[in-house]
Order: sequence, then C-alpha cells, then structure tokens
Amino acid sequence: MPFEAVIGLEIHAQLQTASKIFCGCSTVFGAPPNTHVCPVCLGFPGALPVLNGAAVDFAVRAGLALGCRINDRSIFARKNYFYPDLPKGYQISQYELPLASQGALEYTVGDGIRRVGITRVHLEEDAGKSLHEGFSDSDRKTYVDFNRSGVPLIEIVTEPDLRSAPEAAAFFARLRAILVWLGVNDGNMEEGSLRCDANVSVRPAGSGAFGTKAEVKNLNSFRFLQKALEYEIDRQIELLREGGRVRQETRLFDAASGGTVSMRSKEEAHDYRYFPEPDLPPVVLDADRVDALRRAMPELPDARRRRFIEQHALPEYDAGHLTESRALADYFEQAVAAGGSPKMVSNWMMGELARALNDNGREISDAPVTAARLASLLQLIDRGTISGAMAKGVFEKMCASGRDAAEIVEAEGLSQIDDEAQILERITSVLSEHADAVAQFRAGKAAALGFLVGQVMKATAGKANPRRVNELLKRELGGGSPGT
Amino acid sequence: MNRLGTVREIRDAFRRGERSAVDVCTEALSCIAMRDPELHAFNTITGEQALARAAAIDSDRARWIDRPLAGVPVALKDNLCTRGVRTTASSRILEHFVPPFDATAVARLESAGAVIVGKTNCDEFAMGSSNENSAFGPARNPWAPDRIPGGSSGGSAVAVASGMTPLALGSDTGGSIRQPAALCGIVGLKPTYGRVSRYGLLAFASSLDQIGPLARTVEDVAIALTVIAGADPADATTAAEPVPDFSAGLSSHARGMRVGVPQTLVDQGVDGEVTAAYRAALDVLRDRGATLIDIDLPYAGAAIPVYYLIATAEASSNLARYDGVRYGFRDRGTDGDSTHRRDLDLKTMYARTRARGFGPEVKRRIMLGTYVLSAGYYDAYYLKAQQVRTLIRRDYERAFEQVEVVAMPTSPTPAFKIGERVSDPLQMYLADVFTVSANLAGLPAVSVPCGFTGNGLPIGLQLTGRTFEELTMLRIAHAYEQGK
Repeated sequence: MPFEAVIGLEIHAQLQTASKIFCGCSTVFGAPPNTHVCPVCLGFPGALPVLNGAAVDFAVRAGLALGCRINDRSIFARKNYFYPDLPKGYQISQYELPLASQGALEYTVGDGIRRVGITRVHLEEDAGKSLHEGFSDSDRKTYVDFNRSGVPLIEIVTEPDLRSAPEAAAFFARLRAILVWLGVNDGNMEEGSLRCDANVSVRPAGSGAFGTKAEVKNLNSFRFLQKALEYEIDRQIELLREGGRVRQETRLFDAASGGTVSMRSKEEAHDYRYFPEPDLPPVVLDADRVDALRRAMPELPDARRRRFIEQHALPEYDAGHLTESRALADYFEQAVAAGGSPKMVSNWMMGELARALNDNGREISDAPVTAARLASLLQLIDRGTISGAMAKGVFEKMCASGRDAAEIVEAEGLSQIDDEAQILERITSVLSEHADAVAQFRAGKAAALGFLVGQVMKATAGKANPRRVNELLKRELGGGSPGT
Repeated sequence: MNRLGTVREIRDAFRRGERSAVDVCTEALSCIAMRDPELHAFNTITGEQALARAAAIDSDRARWIDRPLAGVPVALKDNLCTRGVRTTASSRILEHFVPPFDATAVARLESAGAVIVGKTNCDEFAMGSSNENSAFGPARNPWAPDRIPGGSSGGSAVAVASGMTPLALGSDTGGSIRQPAALCGIVGLKPTYGRVSRYGLLAFASSLDQIGPLARTVEDVAIALTVIAGADPADATTAAEPVPDFSAGLSSHARGMRVGVPQTLVDQGVDGEVTAAYRAALDVLRDRGATLIDIDLPYAGAAIPVYYLIATAEASSNLARYDGVRYGFRDRGTDGDSTHRRDLDLKTMYARTRARGFGPEVKRRIMLGTYVLSAGYYDAYYLKAQQVRTLIRRDYERAFEQVEVVAMPTSPTPAFKIGERVSDPLQMYLADVFTVSANLAGLPAVSVPCGFTGNGLPIGLQLTGRTFEELTMLRIAHAYEQGK
C-alpha cells in the first residue's frame, strides 16, 4: 500500500525592527550576553509591555505578501509556561484573534502554479536563550542570555498542504526568499532569526483523512528540514507497515544522527492556559494604515519574474534567476534603465558579474561594478567601440580599479578601429605581404581567409573591428567565396 | 494625632514659609517612630533619605514652592517600585528585592515635591482584605489595635489614620484602598481604570489594578489624584483623557446631583450599625441638595464569584515571574544525603522557591487561577466570568443614565478582630461585596468616613462614579464630608 505524507509548517521569523517588540532595547544579534536588556524584557516586577508599531507594520507586510486577510482587530494573549529563558513565565503571543489569517502562497514550479494555504500570521515575542554548554561549569549549570528576549517574531502557520520533504523544503525556501525580499526578516537560519517546525503525518495515498501527526522541532536549515522530514516520513510509514501506530508527540531533530527523537508525548504536552493579555489593548488596524502599507509593498518575486519575461523578453531561466533576490532584480532593472540591453545585462550578470562576486565572496548589494557602469560597458560593445572579448578584460579592470569603462578604454587605447580607410590600409599591406595565402584562397582554400583576418588583426594590435575586417577582406579579395 | 496636618495645610504652610520640609518630615518620622512599633504600618522606613530629600527641597525653595505637594510626607504601599529602596509586596519571595526604577506614580509624586518616608505593610501581593496576609505580620487598626485595619493597603491606611503621614498611595484591585480607608476612618480613592499609570505597580490582576491615594480629606485625595493621573507612554492601558484639577471647585453643596441607592443590594448581610450610618449619610446628601434615586444592579450579586475567577486567573500568570531565576528569593538547597549532595534540578528549584517564597493565600489564589484557565475549564469559568463582568458593567451604565453616583456602604462590617476570619477565606472574600464591582466595571469610587459604631470603630460610605468623572464624584463626596 503506497503512503503519502501530509506536512504543515510553523515558521518563526524575527522581524528586522531596530528595537524589541515591547521595549526600546536593541535587537542587534551577537552583543555580549545580557547587554540588550531592561526591566521590561527581563520581566521585572512592575514593568509593562508597550507595543512597537514598527513590528506591526512588518507583520502586516508579511501578511499581505502571503495573501492574508489583515484583521482590523487582533488581540495579544499570554502563553503560560515555566522556563528559565522565559522571564515573565509567559510569552506574549496571539491566540484567538491573530493579526492576519486565511492566506496562501502561490508560486511557479516548472510549468504549474503551486498553492500552499497560510492559516495565520501572528505577532509574538522571542524568548531568551539558554546556554547549556561552553562554560567551565556547564556540567552543572545553565546560563541564560536575555538579549533575544522580546525580539519581535511572526509565526506563520501553513495549512497541511505539503506532500513531501523536498516540496516542504522548496516551499520554505520560497517563503524565506519572500520574507527577505520584503526586508521583514534577514533569512539567517544559522543565527536563528528564521526557524521552522513541522507537523508530519502519513496516510494511505488517496485517503481523505489525516493520520496522527508528530511535531518535529529544531529544523534550522533547509538540509535539516528535508532530512528530518524524510526520516520522520519513513519512520511513520514503517511503523504503520509493521502494524503499529503513530503516537501524537513532539520530536526533536538530532543533526548528529540525522534522525528524530521523542521529546514529549501528548500526555506530557503543556497546557499553556492562554488568556487575553490584559496589559495590552487590542491591535486596531484601520483601513488607511493597511492601504498605505499595501501601496508601499514592493513587487513580489513571482510578479517580477513574469514582468521580466514580458517586458524585457527574457527567457524563463534568466527571469527566474534574476528574481531570486530583490537586490539582483533591482540591479538588473537599474542596468537596463541605464541603457543596457536586457538579454546582454542578464548574460553578464549570470556570467562575468556572478563570477566576480563569487571570487571575492561579495553580495550583489556590494557589487564591485555598479549597474549603471555595467550598462555603459555593454553600450561600448553595442556601439562597436570594443569587442565582446575586449569587454571582458575591461570588466576585470573595472572590478579592480573602480574606474568606469570609457575611462579604461580611453586610457589604454583600447577602442576598436572601425574606420574603413584605416583598415583598408592594413589590408592592402597584408595582401601584398602574403600573396601566397591570397593565391591559396583564390584556389579555393577557405582557411586562408582566417589566416588573412588574423594577420590584419595582428597588424592593428587586435583593435580592428573583426566584423569589419572580414567584410572588407572579402571585398578586396573579389567578393564571393573561393572558387567562384 | 492631627499635629502634622492635612496635605493642603502642610503645602500652604510650606509656601508661606511657616514650616520647612525638614520640620514636617521630622515630625512625620517622630510620629512613625512613636507609633509604628505598635501599629506596624511600615515594612521599610526611609528616614535618612527622606530628611535628605526634605533638606534639598528647603535649600531650593524657589524651585519647589509652587509644586502641589511641596514638602508633603508620603507613604507608599510596598507593591510600588522605588528605585534603590526595597519593594517586597509583603512577601518572602521579594524580601530583599530592590527595584532598578520608580513607578510612574512615585516619580510624579516626587516631581510634585512629595517626600517619601517609607513603604507600607500590606497583604502579600495585595491579596487580602485584612492585612493579615503580610509575610511580616499584620498592621493594626489605630482605632483598636486588636483589630485589622482592612486590606490590602492596610499599612497605608494606618499611616494616614494614625497621623504618621498626611498622604499615602495604595493599590485597589477589589477594594484594597477603599475598604481599609473605611475601616480606619479616612478617605480612599480608586480612580477610573486607565486614569493612573500602573507602570511600577507589582501586578496582582492587571485588568483590575489601579493605584490611588489615601488621605484624611476629600480635598487631599483630589490634590494627589491631580498629581498622579494622566497618560503614561510606559503603560498602554492608560487613557489619553485630559486631567482636570480635581481639587478645584469643590463645594459644600450637592445641588442638582442625583445619587443612586441600590436598596436590594445593601439590604443583604450588612451589619446593623453600618446600615444605620449609611442611612444617615444618605440623609446628609439629601440635606446638601442631592436627589436620592432607587436603582437596581441585578448582576451585582454575582460580583464576588466573577471577581475571584478573573483576579485569580490573572494573578496566576502575573506571579509566574517569581521563579527564583533572575531576582528575589531562590531556594539554594541541595538534594541527596550528606555524602552525595547535588544542586537542585530546575523543577525542584522552582517548586521549593515558590513553596517557601509565597504565603498560603497567594498559593491558594495561584492554584485557583491556574485551575480557572486550564484546558477544559476556561470556558466554564474564565470566559463565563468575563461575560458576567460585561453584564455588571452594563448594570452600572444603565444606572448612570439616571444618576451621577451610586452610594453604598464601603464594607458590610466594621473592622473585625485580628485572627477572627483567617480560617474562613470565603467569609473574608465576602468583605469585598460592595467594592469589587467598581474594579470589574473600571469605575472610579471613593470611600469617605460616615461615622462610628457604638464601640468607636469607623464606618465608610462609598460613592461610585461614571468613567473618568472623578471630578463630579469628588464634588459630591466633598459636599457630604462638609455636611456630616
């Protein structure tokens, strides 16, 4: 009996606000432990939370990008549990009325459109971090760093619409790209600013009912997500094949073994005793604020990809590549706006530019050649001032020196000789010096033409326009092809 | 007992240069030194700091002379945060806790020229009606030291009633300012919810808690309210309502005012002498020009159970932060026998810290509240209580279509003997029958003295006003006070 997997994801994304969600402390990652803290994010007696409006704006943008309904009134709730890195003994989250709900992410996969339902997007605060290792007394003690306590998060919950580990990983990658594209999240899974848990169950293929699910936690890279899901799906299928039952439980992915291990059963699950947070009034979003945020939304990757195909006549492949990040797409459009021809800009971005970035470990946002300068280089090729081959050398010099293309071409005397009289002068002398080659050509040996072109190019130190050289040589040799 | 004088008298004498802040402070401290050993109004006396502060005010008279509380000694309930001065909430768990910041209300008092002389005794975390739930022993009623002063702001009421300070701040979650004011024969005001910032108040039940003043006259509480009221960016539940000068325009008549009398409610379970004093007070109000109107508050009878469901639910969450991890008491005991000692594991540390840190009433309420919010009980208890809370609020809204204030006894009985009710918590809870509705409905309410029992125990009259209409309520209270 074939089985199919049913997967839903819960994604936690830190919002890129400058300060925390309920106090003024900085959200910058990597500061010395417990230096970005105050009475509010340490849960001191008498301290009260005050909502950071910027966090709401970020969450609304994420909700809009995921096609959600933005609820005009949402409320915070307390999620109660004890843990040393949770300073108040509760996390301020949203429960019954989330900020956004009922959305879907649609994206192109091959020829088709894939649609994954988004159940809800809600706002909450991050907890601190328990440090279980790395100290001389870590065998006996756990230290806590509260710098992360109160960093704003959105939790994105998907519908159980995913059917395989690779599909879940691909969806998560797509979601990550959008969040980063929006500037809502930095996409950094290593630092934990983007995290993913998965609910996984299996059922006989074609069945409409859901199987018992397990929640798998600690999936903090695309590779881990895919590996953990593959393992968990296999584990559940094997259990059922052997006549066993899947237990409803929370499991932890263990990167070392590549497997998942039971963390707590349903019976041991926390009762979070959610109730409305009395310290914070409801989040009321009037239509004007949401509209303003909607109008300020950037064009999203899929729409931009389609536009690149239509407006700039790019092939699917190019358009897909250039919309992998907003910075890449922006660079492309800036170069085109500065006069670069779209396909040529695309080729150069995927070729020379990508290589240059790669070699220097730089991001597109930090490219050694600006979009406008790349465009002016490409225009020199277009106009025939330099050849494509020469342009590559010029590009390298642009990267190294920061000078612009025209300046390098001028300074190094690189501009192409296009002038008929000048080229003819060289041709005349080449033809008289190499009468034997001329004779061979006339006798029908085509390769002789290549030799003659090479000699003319050599005589101009490579600066003659090769196309013109070809044309003029043929004319001088009597037009037609050999043997006519 | 009246040597120190009222807030108004002290301030005016300071302005005229007749009394220095140091003189007044010295008098207050000597009265405290004389009477507090018997009455135990204070957990902490800050004599040195108070004298230094008074001296600073005297040496810079020009700066302070126009401030509304220039040179006025004030006592603060020990659940209000004071930077650098320990704040215990009368609990073992915070016995040595020193806050890093001042409560907003405290900061406002100080910038108005007040001199803080100490932190007053109260029921642990403001949970109680007798001050017997203090971990440091009960405060005593100055009118009969074998009797309770009421609670939870018992120490604040005792400090004012015994002439130690002319003004004190308390907090009121279900009557904790008004009931001790009534039992000690002084004026106690609970402002509208959202009128005074709760920032720096150790939370008991966040949707019910309000800070308010206790003093000997209506004018004095009005002066104090004017100082501490107003929106606070650090408390999202404060209202943007304008703050009038509540002490301006107080007059000795109540002409044109309509006073609601919920006869059915006050007929039940009220001590005979209290009833008599209440009737006499209504007569005074009529004499002063007010019209008495019978009103019905059909859901008021449910106020006690509703209150004890909501207040305990919120308390169970608010007190979760006292876990021994970051501040306050931690059980540092060890496990095992003398040869195999090991540190406590996390759960044992939590359990022992809270078992030893909290007193019995606090534990009772945490357990009740945890139960009320638990899966399977939430709808039947917490949600139902919130629904009835709405009905109680509507009762008052309907009444306020006909009247400016509602008059009731503050407490159904005068002060009882210490120890008399400790074994019967339910009986103790019923002492709040007339006070909790104002908290559930978010309304302002004030208790003013209205006579004595045959054996000399004070009785209080409670007036409940419309939301943010403290001004009208205080005018009526003042007219009553002048006429009795």
